[in-house]
Amino acid sequence: MTAIVDYNAGNLTSVKLAFHALNCEAEVTQNPEVILQADRVIFPGVGAAGSAMRNLSELKLIDPIREVTARGTPFLGICLGTQILFDFSDEDFGTPALGILPGRVPRFQPCNPRDKVPQIGWNQVEYTHQHPIMDGIENRSEFYFVHSYYPAPDNDEIVIGTTSYADLRFASMVAAQNVVATQFHPEKSGRIGLKLLRNFINWNP
Amino acid sequence: MLTKRIIPCLDVINRRVTKGIKFKNNIDLGDPVELAVKYSDGGCDELVVYDITASAEHRPIDIEMVRDVARSIRIPFAVGGGISTLEEMSRVLLAGAEKISVNSLAVKNPAIIGEGARAFGAQCIVLGMDPVQTQNFERCPSGYEITTRGFREHTGIDAVEWARRAEDLGAGEIVVNSVDTDGTRDGFELNITRLIADAVAVPVVASGGAGCAAHLREAFDTAHADAAIVAGILHTGATTIAQLKRELHEAGVPMRMHW
Repeated sequence: MTAIVDYNAGNLTSVKLAFHALNCEAEVTQNPEVILQADRVIFPGVGAAGSAMRNLSELKLIDPIREVTARGTPFLGICLGTQILFDFSDEDFGTPALGILPGRVPRFQPCNPRDKVPQIGWNQVEYTHQHPIMDGIENRSEFYFVHSYYPAPDNDEIVIGTTSYADLRFASMVAAQNVVATQFHPEKSGRIGLKLLRNFINWNP
Repeated sequence: MLTKRIIPCLDVINRRVTKGIKFKNNIDLGDPVELAVKYSDGGCDELVVYDITASAEHRPIDIEMVRDVARSIRIPFAVGGGISTLEEMSRVLLAGAEKISVNSLAVKNPAIIGEGARAFGAQCIVLGMDPVQTQNFERCPSGYEITTRGFREHTGIDAVEWARRAEDLGAGEIVVNSVDTDGTRDGFELNITRLIADAVAVPVVASGGAGCAAHLREAFDTAHADAAIVAGILHTGATTIAQLKRELHEAGVPMRMHW
């Protein structure tokens, strides 16, 4: 069973519907036991890093998340879920995060006022390393993004895809052992996003 | 590079998509779920669904329809139509919509923008506005006044001021739907679209008047819009999203060409 972690950070309906579309059994849950027992874990989220970390703590989900990422359970971070896997987010006047991936999460600071924040819409992901999660998906395919902050890993080794926005090229996909994480929303990225989720379901790290 | 978005708009009355000019003379165009699937398969980047009589009929939005659309497409869509409470926003989002569009009721109660942004994230809250040209520069220095309730009421509020205020309150995106060009197919109202796009740091969507690819190009290049709403020319089959995208792509506008 695939667990979709619900920590009151945004709407999980589209994630759930995407797994329905793939005929994959997925349970939206706040229960630490269900997460610990899951074959795979999806860690989504939209909203702000500060309240996300508070919710995780109140729901006693921090340790279960650390445990499943440490012991090899295939784990997919999405958007805010990806951002709080890092050490620190600049959001909400600075938010210490989970520290599962080394790096921080700064805000876009566009020089050109026509680069709007949040970035909303479809942007290309350019591969920097091969990864099974992108099997059968063409390099530079577009995915749907909605975000004002972006992952800045300490180490380029974990970056598997990058995207250009607001005068910089940021890490839009990262992977380390059993963890893979996207800044974009595969669940809202049409047929190509579904393909990525299908690859995740079939992935055995 | 971030691509420019083409967003078909579905105006729904009693679970049928309709199209009128300046909210009048509505004609039936079919089932909203079928059209949502058609446009999504056809390459649109996002959708907007307005339950256009919910507000006037003082009834909640058609949640079953929202749920059916969400089940049927895998791209983001916004829902609007008389949404006035956090509870209703929550219901629409849980049914599977990505964004809530507020318009008239946000003019009446601007606080709802901030409440929604705090509860669900700014990216969920889209401010729709219906500006019209005015000569009353004293009240509306930009020369554009906000109307509400389907263009029926003039508010005396300056359109650019309102856009700035909505951004401050937490709106994540602003749709500028010009009363003057709505339904004309003569092109978007570039002037007000640009005034607002240049005044705010959040994305701006041009709406009202799309007749051909060149109009969309003007909205993106001249008026600095990040996305454009298209309705009539798609509904009647005058063109397709793929055709619009091909022309824009050839003209050098960044477009999502594979879906």
